[in-house]
Amino acid sequence: MKKLLIPALLAALLAACSTTPLPEDGAGAPVESRSGSSSGVTPVTAGGLDASGLPRELTDPASKLSQRSIYFDLDKYEVKDEYKDLVAAHAKYLTANKGFKVLVQGNTDERGSREYNLSLGQKRAEAVKRSLALLGVKDDQIESVSLGEEKPKNPGHDESAWSENRRADILYKAPDGRGEF
Amino acid sequence: MSRISRRIFLAVALCAAGLAQAQLSIEITGAGANRIPVAIVDFPGDAAASRVITATVRSDLERSGLFKMVDHAGLAFDENAAINHADWKGRGADALAAGSIARSADGRMEARFRLYDTQKGVSLGGAAYVTSNTQLRAAGHRIADYIYEKLTGEKGVFSTRIAYVVKSRGQFLLQIADSDGQNAATALTSSEPIISPVWSPDGGRLAYVSFEKKKPVIYVHSLASGQRHIIANFKGSNSAPAWSPDGRKLAIVLSKDGNSQIYSVNADGSGLQRITQSSGIDTEPRYSADGSSIYFTSDRGGSPQIYQVGAGGGEARRVTFEGSYNVSPRPSPDGKSLAFISRREGRFQLAVMDLASRQVQVLSDSNKDESPSFAPNSRMILIATEIGGRGVLSAVSSDGRIKQRLTVAAGDVREPAWGPYYQ
Repeated sequence: MKKLLIPALLAALLAACSTTPLPEDGAGAPVESRSGSSSGVTPVTAGGLDASGLPRELTDPASKLSQRSIYFDLDKYEVKDEYKDLVAAHAKYLTANKGFKVLVQGNTDERGSREYNLSLGQKRAEAVKRSLALLGVKDDQIESVSLGEEKPKNPGHDESAWSENRRADILYKAPDGRGEF
Repeated sequence: MSRISRRIFLAVALCAAGLAQAQLSIEITGAGANRIPVAIVDFPGDAAASRVITATVRSDLERSGLFKMVDHAGLAFDENAAINHADWKGRGADALAAGSIARSADGRMEARFRLYDTQKGVSLGGAAYVTSNTQLRAAGHRIADYIYEKLTGEKGVFSTRIAYVVKSRGQFLLQIADSDGQNAATALTSSEPIISPVWSPDGGRLAYVSFEKKKPVIYVHSLASGQRHIIANFKGSNSAPAWSPDGRKLAIVLSKDGNSQIYSVNADGSGLQRITQSSGIDTEPRYSADGSSIYFTSDRGGSPQIYQVGAGGGEARRVTFEGSYNVSPRPSPDGKSLAFISRREGRFQLAVMDLASRQVQVLSDSNKDESPSFAPNSRMILIATEIGGRGVLSAVSSDGRIKQRLTVAAGDVREPAWGPYYQ
């Protein structure tokens, strides 16, 4: 976690400094420099954090960690080989950043009983949780829950919609409590 | 299952304009083969009140599918008038109800009525109900319940209420309505899903699963006060609440130890006890009518099937064997049958098992039946199904003959729960 946050903090500090330097002699900054085309205020985005307060590493589309969905085959509850690298990347992040927590939400397609689907979605979330745990993520960093068929990503009623909805999503929360859940 | 070609369309007036978008309308799509012909004359007294009460009685009886209304020819007479039984017999009525409406000393309305057997030319009894002016329909439901019980020998359920969830414009509304779909009121509005509402046996509270905390959590909600408290928010998912018949406990499903397993908990959330121990999924618990056992869905045999276990745990016994997907068990309040959802050739259909003979009858011809719920007299089963891509509720008699459809104008309606008898 430190490795990640230090550049972010430095950037934030430098940005803060750049707007507030006061000359040693006490003279104010030239008035004209504030009333020109520039407001004299440099807009700064807090370095490395996105709108939800998570490190950009987790949400930047260029980062593997921004991939949060693991898809499952019909009636299947095991993490497929093609997602092993993705799970490993999240495990690596979580073992290196023990203050971060994840909520794994399992989902199913719309067919069948809502409550039974809730339990099937739980099985998918649980499979992802187990994979993360096997790679060293601590139990208190992961909660696996199910949304069953209640929150479809694709509201359609055909196989292509259903395959998008057979899914587990990983949501992150930063040590300061900000994040996606 | 017998196909009933007769279709009666009952227009339920939806005059409450403010509630129109959430009001249930009911259409009867099948009726009993031998309906009892009954005449309900107008009740003298307050004409407006009489219209509300007698219209409620007539539409309740007609909607049940067990009665046929005989034209009362605009006649009005009270419960003490002399009855020309031969005349009413001649009009085709086997039974006749007459009554009166009067203002009681405290300013409320008093509806009195008497029911007659025109075949035998005798009174079958009568009653008086006092209500406020805004509760006239309730008096009508009580009268209809009385008539229903006298003529069929079973308790009526017209005075009961139903709960269901409407999804409309991205919002989820937990609503309560009278059994005829009128008087709909919203108990809870949420931007996150609400599922699995179940009535406490005293009819005062609902337990349900809400996703407002980004995960399923079980709440108990007191309808009169609007107070809600969490009874299960363990790590993982918390779902599928079911009240014990005495109202003291709930069976619930938790995934705190891995997969979904059944636990019981006191109604205040204390006293957690694990009931099932399997490596797979155990869910959808429902107490048997006598409270001694719990029916549930489990995939322990490789496919989801219905099992039964003692209310305190122990060895589970498999109940369903036909087919590869039998879920959502609902034992009837009279203890005689078990409603559930069965997948047959890719279609999810309502089925009922006679618990004595273990015979199974499929009661619907739809594709997406869900969440069955028995009326407290065990005669009707309310289910969620889909018509034209929209969620609707459907009520089917436990012999499959009588069918009603309940729709909401602007939304999907699902997750029905039929409340207990009026108390």
